[in-house]
Amino acid sequence: MPLTRRQMAVRAARSITAGAVAGTIWYQLLRSQATAHASMLRPPGALDEQDFLGRCIKCGNCVSDCPFDTLKLARLGRENTPGTPFYEARQEPCHMCTDIPCIKSCPTGALDPELQNINESKMGLAEINEETCLAYLGLRCEICYRVCPKIGKAVTLRYRSQERTGKHAFLEPVIHQDECTGCGMCEHACPTDEASVRVLPRSLVFGSFGRHYRLGWEDRGVITRDFEPGAGTPAAVPGSREKALNTLNRGGKLYD
Amino acid sequence: MSVSRRSFMKTSVATSAALAVGITVPEQLAAQAAKSGVDKDIQWDKSVCRFCGVGCGIMIGTSKNRVVAVKGDPECPVNRGLNCVKGYFNAKIMYGDDRITQPLLRKKNGKFDKQGDFVPVSWDEAFDVMEAKFKQYYRELGPTGIAVAGSGQYTVDEGYAAVKLVKAGWRSNNIDPNARHCMASAVAAFMKTFGIDEPPGCYDDIELTDAVVLWGANMAECHPILWSRVTNRRLTAEHVKVINLSPWTNRCTDLADDELIFKPNTDLAIWNAVAKYLVDNDKVNWDFVNKHTVFKDGPTDIGYGLRASHPLEKVAKDRKKAGGGKLIDFATFRKHLEPYTFEYVSELSGVPVKQLEDLAKLYADPERKIISFWTMGMNQHTRGTWVNTQAYMVHLLTGKISMPGNGAFSLTGQPSACGTAREVGTFAHRLPADMVVKNKKHRDISEKLWKLPAGTLNPKPGSPYLTMLRDLEDEKIKFYWVQVCNPFQNTANLNHWLKAAREKDNFIVVSDPYPTISAQVADLILPSAMLYEKWGAYGNAERRIQHWREQVSPPGEAKGDLWHVMEFSKRFTLKEVWTPELIQAGSQQFGYHADMTLYELLYATPEAKKFQWPDPIAQGHANHIAEETGFFVHKYLWEEYRQFGLGKAHDLASFDTYHKVRGLRWPVVNGKETQWRFKEGYDPYVDPGKGFDFYGNRGKKGMDGKAVIWFRPFAEPPESPDADYPFWLSTGRVLEHWHSGSMTMRVPELYRAVTNALLYMHPADAEKQGLKRHDLAVIESRRGTVKAYVETEGRNKPPQGLVFVPWFDTRVLINKVTLDATCPISKQTDFKKCAVKVYKA
Repeated sequence: MPLTRRQMAVRAARSITAGAVAGTIWYQLLRSQATAHASMLRPPGALDEQDFLGRCIKCGNCVSDCPFDTLKLARLGRENTPGTPFYEARQEPCHMCTDIPCIKSCPTGALDPELQNINESKMGLAEINEETCLAYLGLRCEICYRVCPKIGKAVTLRYRSQERTGKHAFLEPVIHQDECTGCGMCEHACPTDEASVRVLPRSLVFGSFGRHYRLGWEDRGVITRDFEPGAGTPAAVPGSREKALNTLNRGGKLYD
Repeated sequence: MSVSRRSFMKTSVATSAALAVGITVPEQLAAQAAKSGVDKDIQWDKSVCRFCGVGCGIMIGTSKNRVVAVKGDPECPVNRGLNCVKGYFNAKIMYGDDRITQPLLRKKNGKFDKQGDFVPVSWDEAFDVMEAKFKQYYRELGPTGIAVAGSGQYTVDEGYAAVKLVKAGWRSNNIDPNARHCMASAVAAFMKTFGIDEPPGCYDDIELTDAVVLWGANMAECHPILWSRVTNRRLTAEHVKVINLSPWTNRCTDLADDELIFKPNTDLAIWNAVAKYLVDNDKVNWDFVNKHTVFKDGPTDIGYGLRASHPLEKVAKDRKKAGGGKLIDFATFRKHLEPYTFEYVSELSGVPVKQLEDLAKLYADPERKIISFWTMGMNQHTRGTWVNTQAYMVHLLTGKISMPGNGAFSLTGQPSACGTAREVGTFAHRLPADMVVKNKKHRDISEKLWKLPAGTLNPKPGSPYLTMLRDLEDEKIKFYWVQVCNPFQNTANLNHWLKAAREKDNFIVVSDPYPTISAQVADLILPSAMLYEKWGAYGNAERRIQHWREQVSPPGEAKGDLWHVMEFSKRFTLKEVWTPELIQAGSQQFGYHADMTLYELLYATPEAKKFQWPDPIAQGHANHIAEETGFFVHKYLWEEYRQFGLGKAHDLASFDTYHKVRGLRWPVVNGKETQWRFKEGYDPYVDPGKGFDFYGNRGKKGMDGKAVIWFRPFAEPPESPDADYPFWLSTGRVLEHWHSGSMTMRVPELYRAVTNALLYMHPADAEKQGLKRHDLAVIESRRGTVKAYVETEGRNKPPQGLVFVPWFDTRVLINKVTLDATCPISKQTDFKKCAVKVYKA
């Protein structure tokens, strides 16, 4: 039986990695290249990039078992970290198989077998370019919203009145980073010439604000009844007394 | 995971990709246009979107005889410069690389052969064979043996020319549009209620209303720009409510304040529950009801529009008089409503009592203006006419109609379902301006305007769209000409018609720009010019007519459908289609003679030739048809056509006027358009002091100038889920694709965005059938099977027991599965309800 394009790719990648039996040197080489290419997304359940590269033996099983043309093996000199599986959403997104065959095929746990629910995967994070997104311009597109496998969760619509026409609304897609899996269905389907929604490795996009802060308009200012005072005296930060004294006793002229 | 599933998927993805590859991006249009320096070469002109019935204005940018750019028309009041994503791609629909640019005929050994392959032929050869086949079958079967499938996508002039050829020339009434699948129930209900077609109100109601109630209308996807307006109204006025009634959760629910998921067909009962609440709680607007309405009921055992041999039809005793009705008094009307308590209707529909009650109160609130919007959920319904009249029942009982912010509004699916199919009357029973062939007076008026001897027009209505296909199967129709539509994809119970096309004795002509399914089963394909390659006019759902000029030349030998019709008419002389008596009368009255062609009779008339080409209104634009005829045929047809409506509440403005404005809503009287019909102060046809005047019913016995409040009961559908076929199947659309996908599936970006028609189902149902997301499933009914991929997490969320499949995908011909039952009054098919089983492929 002639080999399929896919099988040949897998074999080629395997031969590249054949030398890896030698182990450490190859491993160290990979570690040094570990900066992920921005358009390269890892399969569902991939460990953090460093750990993933440490565990992935470039066997190509996940690529073979992917029922779509999604997963590919990185090629030497073309993509970073040759032999490792990745996908580019614009080419072919992850279709979020409920049985996650790629994880099942992984012999080393580089793709975490703990991930049972594909909706909890975190392959990347989508971001919208509001200047070229048709919906943000007021057109009725929102394809990214409707093709999202977590429609209404990972992408929702924000409605805004459009003053220019006086009678239309903006229906703006908004990505929610806690829900977005990074599957890339949105980027793949985006109808603009260059996709106006891109999926990037999460580390490049994920944001967070101070944990101390709550959104006052969501978490309304209810005053706690039956307040329980904390017990004891709060401990001072070590060395704080000295710091304060240093500032106070710094001397120097404070006025002309 | 099984290898077979995987390899199937991979193959299937590869096939999809190959299909996509065949559809190249037309020379990177957008990129070209965006490059600096190119923009200054672009010439712009106004036009209208090719797709749905919303009727968004579009500016077309051309350079070197190609459409290279589009923009939403900022001057058009409908969309103010906006578009949906289909509108955004209007520039690309004409440039699919499988465009048909030559006539194609099935041939074997150099001769026409029904079993032959398509080969390019000259127009002359195409018409020679077409003429021979037409005349053979016309001689054999007479005027009922030939038929034209028309369209709500005809330009006004194309529809008008086709009606003239079929009705005045061939003396047949066998012309019927795909709008029969789309609007017929709305039309029948307008006629039964108001005696005149099309909505009383307009889109401006959206900005003025206090509540929007959707009944079987996925407006968020199917009327995108109007939905943007509804959204804005909801956003900018806090008191405004949006309610979504639907058999499944669709994208409208995201905005809606309340969602009522009802079991298919029980909308009939829900309307009655609302009416009963109004009556029982003294919420009837008696002043309005007494002055402006009458009550009626009608026969109830009317069947389901199936073939007469079907067991359900054999027992339907009112089948022959389905459209009848009689005046009743209020007491009788009230008694009819008695069974429809909230409790009963809740049990029937699955909607909780509280939600039904809230809905009724919303309609009842005298302080609240309200619009009901509906589309295919109520029109594609075996009781479509009934449920449409029920909407008017509630709006008339409360007097909430024909007023700014108050209305019952049937949305349209096609760009000129109103402007052409309905207003021109490209139906088997109609003539222009709401007239019908059965009515002698109407035939007299039409014969006079068309300069025909009395008795030319055939009084017997022809076969409606679906019946034509049954006739094809029965060999009662043997010549079938498809114009601007795709009956072999869009008609229910498709296996029958596909087989009939290929295996029965017939000749099928398809005028089309692309190799659609209909073209595939044709014997002859005539290459059509597309929208911006010809002059034309469309009329949208709010009675707004918009004209445009030819922007670019048709490719190759393609020509506008108007040319197809006129050119074919040259092949007939009066003596071949008229009786000697008619010819004699024509000779005496108009100087006609037996050897005169239908072209001379219908199109190249002395009046027509007065319309000169070139004309300054063209402002330099070409006209590939007028350049050949030598006169401005579009303008002539328009000016003749509008004579039908002048002074009859269908007044249209002059041809030139429409080229200076962004559409006008008829009736246009003294240069002024009409926003609200039947209402004093807005509608010039209402006499001062009357308040309202439902003048469509003027002079009719017992209801002079009054609208009709119909009572219609709940009825079981012809087919419901059972042990063998446990699911309801509903079909419909998605935003990205339009109708049969013949245009949008050729836009690479739209194809990429939504490549397959998916089987939307509830996750629990899928699990029960051993199916999961992405599995290939078989959808099987008593009529046929198709396969589609399962989607449990998608945009449509059906309740348990119902599945939804869109119909745009030629690889998922879902109409092989659907049931060809119709509303017996409107003859519109119910594509929303049949019983299927679903299992793993």
